[in-house]
Amino acid sequence: MATVIPLGHFLTVAAILFTLGVLGIFLNRKNVIIILMSIELMLLAVNLNLVAFSAHLNDMVGQVFAMFVLTVAAAEAAIGLAILVVYFRNRGTVAVEDISLMKG
Amino acid sequence: MMAFPDIAPAAAELWMAIGAMALLVYGVLRGDGSTRAVVWMAVATLLFAAWLVWSHAEFAAVTFSGLYIADRFGAFAKILVLVGSALTLILALDYLEREKLERPEFPVLVVTACLGMMVMISASDLLSLYVGLELQSLSLYVLAAFQRDSVKSTESGLKYFVLGALASGILLYGASLVYGVTGVTGFSAIATALGGQERSVGILFGLAFVAAGLAFKVAAVPFHMWTPDVYEGAPTPVTAFFSLAPKVAALALFIRVMTGPFGGIGDDWVGIISLLSALSMLLGSFAAIGQRNIKRLMAYSSIGHVGYALMGLAANSTGGVRGILVYLAIYFGMNLGAWGVILSMRRADGKLVEDINDLAGLARERPLMAAAMAVFMFSLAGIPPLAGFFAKFYVFFAAIDAGLYLLAMIGVLATVVGSYYYLRIIKIMYFDEPAPGFVPLNGTTGVVVAAAAVFTLLFFLFPAPLVGEAGLAAVALFP
Repeated sequence: MATVIPLGHFLTVAAILFTLGVLGIFLNRKNVIIILMSIELMLLAVNLNLVAFSAHLNDMVGQVFAMFVLTVAAAEAAIGLAILVVYFRNRGTVAVEDISLMKG
Repeated sequence: MMAFPDIAPAAAELWMAIGAMALLVYGVLRGDGSTRAVVWMAVATLLFAAWLVWSHAEFAAVTFSGLYIADRFGAFAKILVLVGSALTLILALDYLEREKLERPEFPVLVVTACLGMMVMISASDLLSLYVGLELQSLSLYVLAAFQRDSVKSTESGLKYFVLGALASGILLYGASLVYGVTGVTGFSAIATALGGQERSVGILFGLAFVAAGLAFKVAAVPFHMWTPDVYEGAPTPVTAFFSLAPKVAALALFIRVMTGPFGGIGDDWVGIISLLSALSMLLGSFAAIGQRNIKRLMAYSSIGHVGYALMGLAANSTGGVRGILVYLAIYFGMNLGAWGVILSMRRADGKLVEDINDLAGLARERPLMAAAMAVFMFSLAGIPPLAGFFAKFYVFFAAIDAGLYLLAMIGVLATVVGSYYYLRIIKIMYFDEPAPGFVPLNGTTGVVVAAAAVFTLLFFLFPAPLVGEAGLAAVALFP
């Protein structure tokens, strides 16, 4: 007999992943690529939330929403990497602490 | 089998989508030499879309299975966005050609960003909200990094991307919680679901996350940290664009989300919005005092103005929303003019001027340009009888009507402090020793600046049409 994993477990995992993503953006002082990965992690946590709710509520909208999020996340990653490449051509580095030309 | 949706209410959006793709193809086939033509065609596309919205303004409809709503509120905000973006494009053309930035992607990106903003304004579902917001944001990230060979511009694009994506993630997490608690994503369905149940922790978390994500997009304190850097680094016409159309669209979306799905739980968010508003007004006026760079100064000024506008939302009333809409329209006029002057600030040797002290003696060299800038600065400071005074008047009035006396007092205090740095610009232009060699405004820029100056100066004679329209738009939001 199959046991169903309760909704709360999914939500906890998603919350942990989301928090890791946010912390990854703020605490990481090394590499912008890690920031891009953290952003993806946040979006995937949201997807997990949506799909878990969708299954729990027995409602398709959450899964459709997750599909849209996946698509937009791909576009977002493409644009982020493109901007990063342009930045690297100018500065020759992608270290986070070097991105500080403007301050105030 | 689902019926084909009624596409008539979204005619303007469809026109914009087709127009953007057609312009992109034309620009790619014709190469960089076609920039001027593409800019003017983009202006025509935007103005025709504004006319489409205008001619259907009275027409209220929900379509695309409840994802999209057309109403008077949306029409007001969309016309503001479209006309404002068209005028910003006209201002940008001269700068692009001078700075060797003439590439046809620029107008195409402005058109796609505007399309995203129109979807945001007309969103009536968390899904269309997210897609519209991302379409707008992705276009804006590229625009910020448009000057590919400039370290500053690419750095501002990178910063904007990282913080914007973070904001989208936060908003989306909130949206997923709202969906989980209510089981629906449509705005009216969420409002119905929230009406019948006890407020759970989930919905409060969802509300807080959504509000934080939207506050990022409108650059309200404490989610403003990207604004000064992005404004300083981005090419000046892009900065002008950032401070106008996206602000209007994001504020319109903020209003729609707060009064729509969360309208029934107003007690829970009025406090959050009041805090955002008070902090934005204070930071906008105090932090701008020490700025030397005029683009940074305008960034802090825009943060302050978002604070004043949010005061109307904190009032959570028809009068408050009407106040915000009037505020946005007037802010648009005076800010557009100010950016027109800033875009033209350069020496005869072609060197761009961004330092405030470089404006010294502008009044003696270019009296008309200085007079127009003085009008915009007085108006931004909120000095009667200029338009900026009336903008503040309506939101302050709505806040006092709603009993938010403390917030209104903070607003008045911030206005007084803010006057200091606006008046300082006027003092530098009129009373400091002149620095030689300003070049005159070019023809089209001059026309736009003059029109903005006339609007700012003479608004007090004919306030009725704008205020009346804003009132009708606000009523459409509170059925």
